[in-house]
Amino acid sequence: MLALSANARVVAALGARSIRQTARRPQLAAPLLVFPTLLLAIQTGGAGGAVDLPGFPEVESFLAFMLAGAMVQSVLLAGNSGAIALAIDIEMGFTDRLFAAPISRFGVVLGRLSGTAVLGAFAAVWFLAIGFLFGVTIQEGIAGAVWIVLLVAASALAFGGIAASIALYSGKASVVQGLFPLLFVILFLSTAFFPANLMLEPAGTVAEYNPLSFIVEGIREPIIGEFELGDQLKAVAAVIGIGALGLALSAWSMRARTRRGS
Amino acid sequence: MPWRANLATVGALVRRALNEITRVPGAAIPGVMAPTIFFLGLTSTFGSLTLLPGFTSDSYQSFIVPVSLMQGAAFTGAATGVNLARDIEQGWFDRLLSSPAPRPALLAGLVLSASLRALIPATFLLIIAFAVGAHWPGLLGLAIAILIVMGMATVAATWGTSLALKFRTQSAAPLMQAGMFIAVLTTTAYAPLDLLSGWLEVVARYNPVTQAVEAARQGFVGDVTWADTWPGFAVLIGLGVVLSYFALRGMRKMTIS
Repeated sequence: MLALSANARVVAALGARSIRQTARRPQLAAPLLVFPTLLLAIQTGGAGGAVDLPGFPEVESFLAFMLAGAMVQSVLLAGNSGAIALAIDIEMGFTDRLFAAPISRFGVVLGRLSGTAVLGAFAAVWFLAIGFLFGVTIQEGIAGAVWIVLLVAASALAFGGIAASIALYSGKASVVQGLFPLLFVILFLSTAFFPANLMLEPAGTVAEYNPLSFIVEGIREPIIGEFELGDQLKAVAAVIGIGALGLALSAWSMRARTRRGS
Repeated sequence: MPWRANLATVGALVRRALNEITRVPGAAIPGVMAPTIFFLGLTSTFGSLTLLPGFTSDSYQSFIVPVSLMQGAAFTGAATGVNLARDIEQGWFDRLLSSPAPRPALLAGLVLSASLRALIPATFLLIIAFAVGAHWPGLLGLAIAILIVMGMATVAATWGTSLALKFRTQSAAPLMQAGMFIAVLTTTAYAPLDLLSGWLEVVARYNPVTQAVEAARQGFVGDVTWADTWPGFAVLIGLGVVLSYFALRGMRKMTIS
C-alpha cells in the first residue's frame, strides 16, 4: 500500500513536471495547440465548401466536422512532444538518475504519460471552446463534451505510450523528432479531416480500417449527432488496443535499454 | 577587388550550407519528406473538392502541387534561420561578424544556400507528383514554378535570419516555421479564391503570397501568361527586399551589442 502511494506521488510529480516543461518550452507547446489550431482555421476556410459535396455527412458546419480531427492531431503531436522531452531527459542523464532511484521504472514513464494525458484533456477543452466561440453546438450537450475530454485524454495516453517507447529505445530526441512527418501520414490516412467515402482511393479504404478513424468518429459523434453504442465501443477498443501496444513496447524498450546499459 | 572577396565569402557560406547535406544526409530527410507527405495526404483527403462547381481544375494533384513546392521552399528557408540560431548559440556567427566581410555578403551566402537547397525537396516532390498524375506544366510553366520556389526559399531564409538575429536561440524555430506555414496556407492553397469561405477568402485576397502561388500554379492547371507571372515575382522581390533590410539591421545590432 505504501509502495503504491509512493509510486502515485512519483507519477504525479513527474506528470506536473512534464506539463510545466511543455508550458515553458515553445518548441514543445507549439505543436500541441498552435499548429492544430492554425490548420483547423485554414482547412475550415479552405475546404469548407466540401459540406455541399454529395455524400458528405449532415453537419451544422464544416468546423463542427473538423473539431475531432484537430483534437486527434493535437493528441498525436502532444504524444510526440512528450516523447521528445523524455528523449532529452535521457540524453541529459536525468532519466538514468530516476531509474537508479528506489521507485518503479514504469512509474517514471507513467509520470510522463500522465502529463501527456492532462495536456490532451486541455487540448480537448481548447478546441471545444473554439467550436463554442464560432457557433458550434455540441449535439450531445454537456455529457457529450465530458465524454470527448475523457476520450481525448485517454487517446493522448495511448499514443504517448507508443512515442515514449521509441524515445526509450533510441534515447535520441532527433529520432523522435523524425516521427513528425509519419504522424501526418497516419492522420491523412484516417477520417480526421474528411469522410472516408469522399477520400480518393486507396486512402479511403485505409481510412475505414485505421484505428485512428474509430477514435476520431467516437469524438466526432457527440459533436455532430447522437451517441451510438457501437461506434463508441469501437473508439474505446481502439484506445485500449493502442494503449496496450504502447505499454508493451515501452516495457520492451525499457528492458532493452537496461540490458544495453545506455 | 573587394567584390571578388565578397563573392568568395558568399561561395564559402553556400558551400558550408550544402556540405551539411552531404555530411548529415539524415537531417535533410524530414525537410524533403514533409512536403511530399502533405502533397499526397492533401490530394487523397481533399481530392473530391474538384467536384465542386467553380473549381478551376479537374485534378487536385495539379492544383495542390505548387502549394507543396512552396511549403518545401518555406521550410527549407526557415531551416536556414534555425541553423543560424544554432551558429549564434555556439559562437560561430560572432566570428563571422568580427571578420571584415560586409554584412550583405554574409546575408547573401545564407539566402543563396537556402534557394539552392530548396531544389532538393522540389525535385523529389515533382517526381512523385508526376508519378501520381499531376499535369505536365510545360517547360516554361516548370521553369516559372522552380524560380518561384527559389524565390520563396529566399524570402523564408530572410524571415528566419531576421528572427534568429532577434531572438538568438533555436527556441524561436516554431515561430520561423509557423510564420511561413501561415504565409503559404492562407492563400488559395486549398481551393480557388471564389470557393474559399469566411475570413480565409478575405486574407487570401490580400495575402501577397497568393500571387506567388498562382504564378507557380498556372502551368499545372492551364496556360502560362505574363499577367499571372509578373505579380508573383514582384511580390517575392518586394518581400525579399523588406525582410533583407530587417536581417541586415539585426546583424548591425548584433555587432554593436
